[in-house]
Amino acid sequence: MSPTMKRSVGVSVVFVALAAVAAFATVDIGQFSGGITEADAFIINQLLLPRILTAVLAGASLALAGAVFQSVTRNPLGSPDVLGFTQGAATGALVGIMAFGGGALVVAVSAWIGAVGSGVTIYLVARRGGVTGGARLILVGIGIAAILSAVNEYLITRANIVDAAAATVWITGSLDGSTWSGVVILAAVTFLLAPCLLLTSRSLRVLELGDDLAIGLGLGVEKVRLLTLTGAVLLAATAASQTGPVAFLALCAPHLARRLTRRTGPNLVPTLLLGAALMLWADYISQHAIPNRVLPAGVVTGVLGGGYLVYLLAHQRKTGQI
Amino acid sequence: MTTRRAHPARCRAVGLPAALAALLVVCVLSLAIGALPLAPSAVWHGLADPASGAYAVVHQTRLPRTLLGLLAGTALGLAGAVMQALTRNPLADPGLLGVNAGASAAVVTATALLGISSLSGYIWFALGGAALVSVLIYAIGGGASSTPARLALAGTAVNAALYSYVAALELLDTGALDKMRFWTVGSIAAAEPGTVLRITPFILLGTVLALGCAKPLNTLALGDEAATALGAKPALTRGVAIAAIVLLCGSATAACGPIVFVGLMVPQVAARITGPDLRWLLPYSAILAPVLLLGADIVGRVVARPSELEVGIITAVIGGPVFLLTVVGRERA
Repeated sequence: MSPTMKRSVGVSVVFVALAAVAAFATVDIGQFSGGITEADAFIINQLLLPRILTAVLAGASLALAGAVFQSVTRNPLGSPDVLGFTQGAATGALVGIMAFGGGALVVAVSAWIGAVGSGVTIYLVARRGGVTGGARLILVGIGIAAILSAVNEYLITRANIVDAAAATVWITGSLDGSTWSGVVILAAVTFLLAPCLLLTSRSLRVLELGDDLAIGLGLGVEKVRLLTLTGAVLLAATAASQTGPVAFLALCAPHLARRLTRRTGPNLVPTLLLGAALMLWADYISQHAIPNRVLPAGVVTGVLGGGYLVYLLAHQRKTGQI
Repeated sequence: MTTRRAHPARCRAVGLPAALAALLVVCVLSLAIGALPLAPSAVWHGLADPASGAYAVVHQTRLPRTLLGLLAGTALGLAGAVMQALTRNPLADPGLLGVNAGASAAVVTATALLGISSLSGYIWFALGGAALVSVLIYAIGGGASSTPARLALAGTAVNAALYSYVAALELLDTGALDKMRFWTVGSIAAAEPGTVLRITPFILLGTVLALGCAKPLNTLALGDEAATALGAKPALTRGVAIAAIVLLCGSATAACGPIVFVGLMVPQVAARITGPDLRWLLPYSAILAPVLLLGADIVGRVVARPSELEVGIITAVIGGPVFLLTVVGRERA
């Protein structure tokens, strides 16, 4: 095992430990020291466990999708948050909340449709002559994102204030509505798609070298791009349909993982674990940061992630990566 | 050389009166069209004659709205043109690069946390927010390794960060959400005479600064070394240009909310008429941008009767495809 590989494994173990600590903190084992009553059992089984599992699965899915997006666009900022995908999910959810009354299932389905729809649109517009360059994918994504955010702003002005508040919570990303049925859907999609994406790790690493070099090395560039992006879009859409597009998780997790493991390439496994840990911690902090106020988890990732992003922009400019 | 120059020169000279005429037509239409349609003669009476039935409509709602559209349009068009020259990037736009979002985040902070709700109070916050983001984006975009995609991406990421900050504040305070959700769309519908008066000095100053740095910016386009050899002062020019962008974007955003794509589209259209010379490009942008903004506002009043679509939505829906076409066109060139 090479030293970088060892470090990578070590960092992954730390991420798992961090996730476990956050999960225990969320359940707050200490409060049940006097024995578990029936009411406590209900809270643990029906509220806290689905919440924790949703956080783990959705966090891992979003982070993995972000890593794939960044790898394919060859840019550390090329995450679903920036490329119109999040906005598409939000448009879907807003339509679900405003037109169909906003049941959990309706919002999940309409957000999923919106996310996948915007993903397909961006890919088709960016594709010319059978090639989807990284830069074109980014610029097309930004254009679509700008149009969709205007549509979203418009929808929010047309909603009544209760729907508008619900929509803002959803767009920010929250774990409050976690249920066992949601966990089952998430688990099915994650366990199906995540292993497939992990297997493409080697191809993604070659793709990062640039199209010319990758083709020279015998990689079916366009096929890899299409397959990995499809997987990433489906994964992120399913996660976003359950929790909302938690801001910046998909952008920051791959980046932090890469810095900590000091490995080049997509670093998919550490990213996935870090995504789960970050989501759990964001949820824990959002529940406890302000006394008597419960915030959506996306507020924490948004504010911390935004700060990290500004640091990243200032720092990485020197190396010319951004 | 002379034959190649003759054509744009003639175009520029003929185009300027034509652009002014278009602006006049749009202003009259903006005064005439709305929930109560007025004939052009009625508009004239409404403007001049206090006894006319249309006097109240024209003076209290349509005139401020039209003037605000004029001011904000000019501001955004000029800011976009200066920004594109400064970053040497055809995709630069104060909305897309987050300058308007910076102003908007500062205004929401002032409203939600400090309880400031009047324009005269929060315009200073808007200017401060615009200044912060301008400097940040310029620091990112000014590097030698910057490409259009990188700059646009950095701007969008800053936009997303500011958006989640605004959403966090709105979630903490539903009252702020109710107020701000209308403002964050970008609209000139709620204009009052006071709003127009308050932002006029800022926009005038910004316009003067922007037009004043046209010639030095032309020289800077040759590259810093050549420009310095010709007697230019790159640092001073850039400072003045950024100050102009901050004044223009900050005050326009304080009055109308963040509006995207006007600053992107107009300089690109204007450059087709004038070529890259900023001494022509800037005045053209200043005249054509309000034509677009007021035109979009009029479309918004007509398409969704009896209610209205905010102008920020119309400009985004027109501007998004223009942006996509620019991207495709650049790659082809």
